Amino acid sequence: MRIPESRGPASAVLLDILATGGGSAPERDSLRGSVDDALAATEDIFRDDDLQLTLFLLYQLGYGGVDGSDELEWDLTLLGARAALEAALETALRDRVPVPKRPEPNAESVATALFSLTGQDSGPSLSRFVAKKATDGQLRELVVLKSVYALKEADPQSWAIPRLQGRAKAALVEILADEYGGGRAKRMHSTIFAGAMTGLGLDSTDGAYLDSVPALALASVNVMSLFGLHRRLRGASVGLFAAYEMTSSLPNRQYGNGVRRLGYGDDVAWYFDEHVEADAVHEQIAARDMAGGLVEAEPHLLDDVLFGAAAGMTVDGWLGEDVFRAWSEGTSALRRPLPVAAPAQAGQTSTPATGSA
Amino acid sequence: MTSAYTGRDDDGEIVACPDGPFLVRGNVEIVLPDGTPVPRTRRTVALCRCGLSTIKPYCDGTHKVTGFRTG
Repeated sequence: MRIPESRGPASAVLLDILATGGGSAPERDSLRGSVDDALAATEDIFRDDDLQLTLFLLYQLGYGGVDGSDELEWDLTLLGARAALEAALETALRDRVPVPKRPEPNAESVATALFSLTGQDSGPSLSRFVAKKATDGQLRELVVLKSVYALKEADPQSWAIPRLQGRAKAALVEILADEYGGGRAKRMHSTIFAGAMTGLGLDSTDGAYLDSVPALALASVNVMSLFGLHRRLRGASVGLFAAYEMTSSLPNRQYGNGVRRLGYGDDVAWYFDEHVEADAVHEQIAARDMAGGLVEAEPHLLDDVLFGAAAGMTVDGWLGEDVFRAWSEGTSALRRPLPVAAPAQAGQTSTPATGSA
Repeated sequence: MTSAYTGRDDDGEIVACPDGPFLVRGNVEIVLPDGTPVPRTRRTVALCRCGLSTIKPYCDGTHKVTGFRTG
């Protein structure tokens, strides 16, 4: 991934280190102080551009990497800064995420509780707006926002594989194998998504729009990485993934309808249509066998399974509200609006009506 | 200690999901009444059980918003 622009003092220090392949020892040592200062000053870690970008880049060293920074993945000073950010993020999540009532620790009760949680109406429906009213520009903004995760789709959840056993592991891997195309590279969800971006005239290079996406879009994926990279949080990782799969089929049908309404073909619609069918399968396996199976094997993880599910939904809910608000006000939901791709669409405007899903 | 070995076969299985679809795993061919195979792009599929899916015979999650109950 190419190096993005900084969003404040902490990310500026990190980007200097990354741009020089490691920087000087004093420079690396100063990162922790910059992070601590930014953490002390922030009013909302989830919407803090500087902190979320810093954590996102530190995690990115363990995914596809950042240009010129291959040697820095296990640098102890960078890991120390990451740990400080992770501790603050987890504390904020546990403080602000409402966790549902605890069910009995058996697979069926856990599945029922998760279907109940994920079936709750929680605000305006972005997907319904996209189906019926969104402009071409708004669809492209949505896809750019989704690209932060979708271009590495399922990767954050894959960290959990060796942390699980038995039924929960078999279920996770069954879902992931489908996410990764069942052995066919062209069917990988990340590849299908890249095809949709191309069909929309967008650059599908990972990180191409990093400077455009707001802090909450980074926070959404940072939470996945936090849960995936800590064995202690395997319950939360499983819970978040289950909730993600369980809130996918119905919205993706709406997104697919919006894509077709705006005149795009199967190259763009495929990603959304694929998730209608795939996630109707995945949600059953995720709720009962993955999350339920984990709780039956390790009942003490029940609270974290619920916490993870609620955490993912809460952060994505905040992002959805921000996007809806921006579009309602006739402005861009991105930090930096995209160039207008198709001149024919340039004068088109549309704003979402308020209402619930 | 009793062996957990239960055979090496890969028989198909159908999971009847409470208030949801039938999950079909393994070597089971899904065909139309005239024997034509239904296109299948994934190993495990979910068959619509509520009758309201827009992608029948597969499930699209519609049962969740219609209050479908299996018992």
